[in-house]
Amino acid sequence: MAGSTRAFVSDDSTMIDAGNAIRLSRVTPTLPARKRARIDVNRIKHNLPVLIGALIVVSVIVCAILADVISPHDPTAQELGKRLLPPSFMAGGSPEYLLGTDPLGRDTLSRIIHGARVSLTVGIAVVLLSGTIGVTLALVSGYRGGKVDLVLARVADIQQAIPFLILAIAVVAVLGANLVNLILVLGITTWVFYFRVVRGEVLATRQEDYVEAARVIGCGDGRIMLRHVLPNVSGSIIVIATLLVASTIIFEASLSFLGLGVQPPTPTWGGMVSDGRDYLVDAWWVSVFPGLAILLTVLGINLCGDWLRDKLDPKLKD
Amino acid sequence: MAARVLVFLIQRLLLGVIVLLGVSVTVFALTHLGGDPAAALLPLNTPPEDVELFRKKAGLDQPLPVQYVNFLSHAVRGDFGQSFRYRQEAMGLILERLPATLKLAGLGMFFALLFALPFGIISGLNRGTYVDALSRVIVLLGQSIPGFWLAIVLILVFAVQLRWLPVSGSAGWQSLILPAIVVAVFPAATIARILRSSLINVMNRDYIRTARAKGLSPTPVVARHALKNAAIPVVTVIGFQVGVLLGGAVIAEVVFAYPGIGRLMIQSISARDVPVIQAFVAMTAIIVVSVNIFLDLIYGWLDPRIRF
Repeated sequence: MAGSTRAFVSDDSTMIDAGNAIRLSRVTPTLPARKRARIDVNRIKHNLPVLIGALIVVSVIVCAILADVISPHDPTAQELGKRLLPPSFMAGGSPEYLLGTDPLGRDTLSRIIHGARVSLTVGIAVVLLSGTIGVTLALVSGYRGGKVDLVLARVADIQQAIPFLILAIAVVAVLGANLVNLILVLGITTWVFYFRVVRGEVLATRQEDYVEAARVIGCGDGRIMLRHVLPNVSGSIIVIATLLVASTIIFEASLSFLGLGVQPPTPTWGGMVSDGRDYLVDAWWVSVFPGLAILLTVLGINLCGDWLRDKLDPKLKD
Repeated sequence: MAARVLVFLIQRLLLGVIVLLGVSVTVFALTHLGGDPAAALLPLNTPPEDVELFRKKAGLDQPLPVQYVNFLSHAVRGDFGQSFRYRQEAMGLILERLPATLKLAGLGMFFALLFALPFGIISGLNRGTYVDALSRVIVLLGQSIPGFWLAIVLILVFAVQLRWLPVSGSAGWQSLILPAIVVAVFPAATIARILRSSLINVMNRDYIRTARAKGLSPTPVVARHALKNAAIPVVTVIGFQVGVLLGGAVIAEVVFAYPGIGRLMIQSISARDVPVIQAFVAMTAIIVVSVNIFLDLIYGWLDPRIRF
């Protein structure tokens, strides 16, 4: 019996449930087996949002990787005879084109599946780039303090005075719109998201005894920052990175919608919404479905991000 | 006290000036990003001899720091050069259309607060209930909707199907409603979210327990003690959302063909009308910085611990 209680407790992740389990097993030793099944249902119910989110994110990643295999049609193949076909569930729709076709007769579903590539590539690349810049500057700023910190904090103020989307539009407009410029612009302008939070945490961590201890035994600044401070702020970094992927996908889609993203014929979700703008009255599906893909993807990532926030970082909890 | 507020205000203004100086470097850099600034500042098919002449006249043959000081001395007087698309002062063009954008952004912020305050308060006071869960789902959706797509869906529903509101343009107040909703959604969701968490945090504090213990009924406890304290992080977020709102306005103005500065800027891109783009970026930064200075003053009223 003692064994079963221990297994039960270690089985559970939350403190409150573990406490309940101990109390219950003391009063009625035969109950745990039944109780376990009930708690599992509760746990699934409790984690339902993140399960849905993870399912969406995994599906989008699979779409991006296997786009060529799972797309029913070539996303760039134009068939003008089949332009603006409605989705297959509507009158006049063809079962061959599940979500209809666009003004050039291209399959909407295939284009959405391929569009995942640009969104995810930009999302991930931007977050890695801005994360590297933001975290490095935050470590230096928070750990060193003094003049460096003062200057970097002002630079962050300056960065935040120009709205991200507006700066991105302006820079891409001057530099020219392509994948690399898009990643560079968004990656360089979004570093403040990391900087603010991570700097605050570094400031707090710097005072901890273990950092002091590391310094006393003669560790260099670089080693302390990377081996002692960085791991302790990694929770917030992961949370910020996740939520920033979501924002970046919306930024990228907005730029593509304005014609300032990855250029045609490469399918992008934002570009597809824009393709359908002149056909709203007769062919709503051209714009609506790609937008739905953006909404679902971003929602999925946000659901995962919220869950991570609760799990990894009590300080960030809002 | 009044003197202290004045000193504080001057400090914030100075900080604002420093930030705007930094912004001016970015705006100046825009002309040099694409390589040749003469190419960026002149229409596409300018003959080479005119380009040379322009280079001399505009001082583009001088070293970069000199060029920057030159640019700055004009910029502080509101001179960002001529738009070659409209053959007018770039800043003049922006100022002409600024009231329209401010109206849109102002109504957007009003809508955002109109949504965020009740949602945030109800959710925060009823943590863990179904009302809270529902409100959190709505808030998460609000944070995940791309503005340009929402704009198109709203046009489809309210303008094409129901014919309640105009599709685009700037005729009357009706044409402002849909764009203002589009602009408001993301800030509304973000503000509601912060208000909820801030309120949950505040409601657990000792002074709320004291207020309750001394027999105050729930309404004054929330209204007088909790909300004012919970508002501090909310004000910070509102400051940040001003920029988001202006970015969203660009999108909304384009989709709804609303004649504001955002649409002007997007139209300037195809003509590579760099002076207009520069004046636009500078103007949005000025708005963001001024609003934040104003909000800094509100902090002091909300939290007497923050000394002026």
